[in-house]
Amino acid sequence: MTVARVSSWGRLSDAEHSVVPITSAAGAGAILAATAPGIARGMERSYGDVALNPGGTLWDARSLNRFLAFDAETGILRCEPGVLLRDIQATFSRQGWMLAVTPGTSVVTVAGAIANDVHGKNHATRGTFADHVLSVNLVRTDGAVIVCGPASNREWFEATCGGLGLTGLIVEASIQLKKVPGPWLLAENIAYQSLGEFFELSDASEAEFEYVVSWIDITTDGGRRGILSRANPTPSPHRALPRGATVLGGVRSGPAIPFVPPFSLVNKATLPALNRAYYRMQHLSLGSSVVHYKPFFYPLDAIQEWNRAYGPRGFFQHQCVLPRSVGASAVAEILGHVAASGQGSFLGVLKTMGSRPALGMLSYPREGVNLTIDFPNLGDSTLRLLARLDSVVSQAGGRLYLAKDARMPVSLFRAGYPRWEEFLQYKDPGMSSEMSRRLLGS
Amino acid sequence: MTATDSRKSRGNSGAWPTDVVVVGATSAIAEQCTRLWLEGGASTALLIGRDEEKLTRIATDLGVRFPAAAVTTLVADLVSPASISATVAGFAGPGTFGAASGAGLTVLVAHGSMTEQEESQASLDAAASVLEITGVSPSLWIEACADTMTAGTISVLGSVAGDRGRKKNYIYGASKALIEAMTEGLQHRLAGSALRVVLVKPGPTATPMTTALPQAGLAPVEAVAGEIVAGVNAGRPVVYAPLKWKLIMAVVRNIPTPVFNKLNF
Repeated sequence: MTVARVSSWGRLSDAEHSVVPITSAAGAGAILAATAPGIARGMERSYGDVALNPGGTLWDARSLNRFLAFDAETGILRCEPGVLLRDIQATFSRQGWMLAVTPGTSVVTVAGAIANDVHGKNHATRGTFADHVLSVNLVRTDGAVIVCGPASNREWFEATCGGLGLTGLIVEASIQLKKVPGPWLLAENIAYQSLGEFFELSDASEAEFEYVVSWIDITTDGGRRGILSRANPTPSPHRALPRGATVLGGVRSGPAIPFVPPFSLVNKATLPALNRAYYRMQHLSLGSSVVHYKPFFYPLDAIQEWNRAYGPRGFFQHQCVLPRSVGASAVAEILGHVAASGQGSFLGVLKTMGSRPALGMLSYPREGVNLTIDFPNLGDSTLRLLARLDSVVSQAGGRLYLAKDARMPVSLFRAGYPRWEEFLQYKDPGMSSEMSRRLLGS
Repeated sequence: MTATDSRKSRGNSGAWPTDVVVVGATSAIAEQCTRLWLEGGASTALLIGRDEEKLTRIATDLGVRFPAAAVTTLVADLVSPASISATVAGFAGPGTFGAASGAGLTVLVAHGSMTEQEESQASLDAAASVLEITGVSPSLWIEACADTMTAGTISVLGSVAGDRGRKKNYIYGASKALIEAMTEGLQHRLAGSALRVVLVKPGPTATPMTTALPQAGLAPVEAVAGEIVAGVNAGRPVVYAPLKWKLIMAVVRNIPTPVFNKLNF
């Protein structure tokens, strides 16, 4: 055990935690019992307090990062909880398999991906991460071991996928990988000038493209311009892999933001310029090209510790999904509030979500439209703006993504996640995070 | 992409081994290095250690990652001279795969004890155990390799802690300093031969062994392993990982003793 300061990706706090290493699945039960209450940590890529437990125990099982078995016929992978998605992609793309669903960073653990039931740019066709999980082994703080999956202990599975790490420590998982022709995608970038154009383009793209996502310039009022990217896997055997895909290139540090600047580099003065620059840069690459999966799936992984750019006070991310029926007007309303405030960043993401209902009790994805915006933390003015955005989400009948949240009101949580009470039956009483105390009461 | 392509790629300087033998293979740094060597094109790995269950888990993982590679494990006493001598003869002696591999063989000696200074200072028995496991035993492994191998690379994990004794870790540091003098002597003895000897000095690294240290200054184990593999492949006599420790330790070594003794670090 050691006391260490731990921050999540939003860098809004750096409280001390008692970090307790867990180095074997067999020994986990005894350690949990002796050090509960606590919560498991992963790679600290969640933005808020879902994996923080200030002043308390943080279980660290990240050294459990081994593959246990892989069937090259069926594509079923069994692995330890600390395996990084990055390692899965790199290892199996060589053998013709990749994750069916991946979020926008590959530097997350398998257990973290399950606990937050992450989704990607192909929600419409592939659903969420949990839709490809075949089984999960949990160890509870009372020493009980639970193995659950879509067909066995289904209720435990629904509680655990998206369950914020509160149903037990994940010590093993089996995942169904997806057959791919290789690590390449045929991608296309298209500019749009209005929200109406975005929705038309997005709907038309979903019929033909597995991956669809868009960047939106949050600073322009009137015209809502952006760049929609769409892609399909493609065979392309004769290309040299990018530098990051070489053996030592992959582990040597790429460019990084080397220190925390004294103020946010993203601010009122730079925001319009950053958005214009980003738009122009993307505008140069309109049209089709064959791209490696890394820059397409994980553009921000190329810059280490990019979250430092928001300065010492950190940042909030507001990610909401709004029902499609009211989505267009609600998105316009949110963008109106943001533009009026002069806050925000150049990393706005707009995409539509598919109709497949997520299986987790607290899973975020649902049918509709998803809007994601970062906000440098300016204190009260940012919190007031976020509250205005919350009320749009609430009126639209939408929900906020728990993995990104550090401050949503309990009322919005309960309205957005109607199965929260059912979830409580499966919560391990010895597992507790800042978020669970804030939103679930324990 | 073929293995040959990846060897030519930027960042992959030096010659990739065809066969690796890792002593103390269950340490986090050793495990990462083994992954990288196999990824870079090594076709066999022999994992030597004390804990059979852990060795098997690591070998299984490597088998999934690199289905074309042959990964084998060997449980051995890492301390007794007779065991060291027999084990090295078993993989590098005449007629073995190590001998056949020639310059393609790389051995990494990675084991050590991470007993806290307080604990090893509390009794001579504890201090003797740290000195033996961390200093004497790895030194005997590289000595046995030098006596047995005729070509290839012998690498061993020292530590920046061996560059100057400090009150916080001098028993561990002294063990690593022993390894340093051994490698210097072996490099001298083997100069001009087909054998290369590489001393690796990792800085503080984030591993399960170092959870008791403040985590902020620790380098991620995979970055450290990347530097080690690059340095060992290139056959550099001394590899600091990360490189910044070369500069830091040059400063630390040159602080005058009266000043040094007033510092609390």
